[in-house]
Amino acid sequence: MTKSQEKNKPAPAILFMTFFKIGAFTFGGGLAMIPLIRREVVENRQWLTDEDFMDTIAVTQSAPGPIAVNSATFIGYKLAGIPGALTALSGTVLPSFLVILLIAVFLENLGQSFLLQKFFSGVRPAVIALILTAGIRMGRKALRNTTDYLEAVIAFLLLIIADFHPIILIILGALWGASRVHHAAKQGGNKQ
Amino acid sequence: MILLRLFLTFAFIGAFSFGGGYSMLTLIQEEVVLHHNWLNIQKFSDIVAISEMTPGPIAINAATYVGYRTAGFPGSLAATVGVILPSFFIVLALAKIVLKNKENPYFQGAFSGLRPVIVVLIIGASLRLGTEIIADFKSLILTIAAIAIIFLTKIHPVLIILGFGLIGILM
Repeated sequence: MTKSQEKNKPAPAILFMTFFKIGAFTFGGGLAMIPLIRREVVENRQWLTDEDFMDTIAVTQSAPGPIAVNSATFIGYKLAGIPGALTALSGTVLPSFLVILLIAVFLENLGQSFLLQKFFSGVRPAVIALILTAGIRMGRKALRNTTDYLEAVIAFLLLIIADFHPIILIILGALWGASRVHHAAKQGGNKQ
Repeated sequence: MILLRLFLTFAFIGAFSFGGGYSMLTLIQEEVVLHHNWLNIQKFSDIVAISEMTPGPIAINAATYVGYRTAGFPGSLAATVGVILPSFFIVLALAKIVLKNKENPYFQGAFSGLRPVIVVLIIGASLRLGTEIIADFKSLILTIAAIAIIFLTKIHPVLIILGFGLIGILM
């Protein structure tokens, strides 16, 4: 992992509010929250570098549970230990908890609301665009040489055509990276 | 005791829901509808629709909703904490291991090896979503417009989401 900007130790209130904002606007679940977390944590707050952020995704994808929640735990812990993890986690979960509670109490038939369905017919294309562009922006940082590009192409084919599970791909990538280090060490510390 | 059963059932769901999102729907349905009869299938599909329209991961949305329907506010709290707790501890353990070993060359090699995979997973997720969602000209044009806006401006993702929601209502 690369060094994060250690100078930016967050105040608990700011950590909480940042993840509250992320939790309040992560529609769609799964990787849909990656662009928002990246914007807040990497670009705005500069708590993590892009490399740190990708490592975070790798770890959180390898654990059970939603990525948004796991990233909050991981990033909070990294920035401020267990109190940080709890702060970021509750910030992420609270918005959806409150919204669902309100719906369960007052708005039982929200699932059939016409206006909301139209609203989301506009939101979904935007979410696709946000995820795609976040992936491309990270790719510019992560893919540094021909080997990286080759690896990405192979991983892409395995994902799309062979339907490999993401966790398997992450493990294969990690093994490949570790074996490169091993190989370089054997050849007398040559840097790859 | 219903609160304990809610807590344990959702802790079980939380512990075995790898991949997030829709991959956990089957497990939730199995437990909540078939095993415990807390919701009928109609109510379950409602909660799926509601989850799509509200922020947050579907597992947490389902936990809060089912918990409230079954045992009021204490129920929603028990189920929500239950679904979060397993992954919280697992991620903490992983974070400890990763941060402890971050100077280890093999760890660094492993992470530099998996970063291209992460990029691919993210781009792949957007393509997969795209094939599901882009079903007509309207959604195609909106997607292209959003990509252009994101690349050309620095508008915050939250504003883009809200703005395109409004466009969806107007179109």
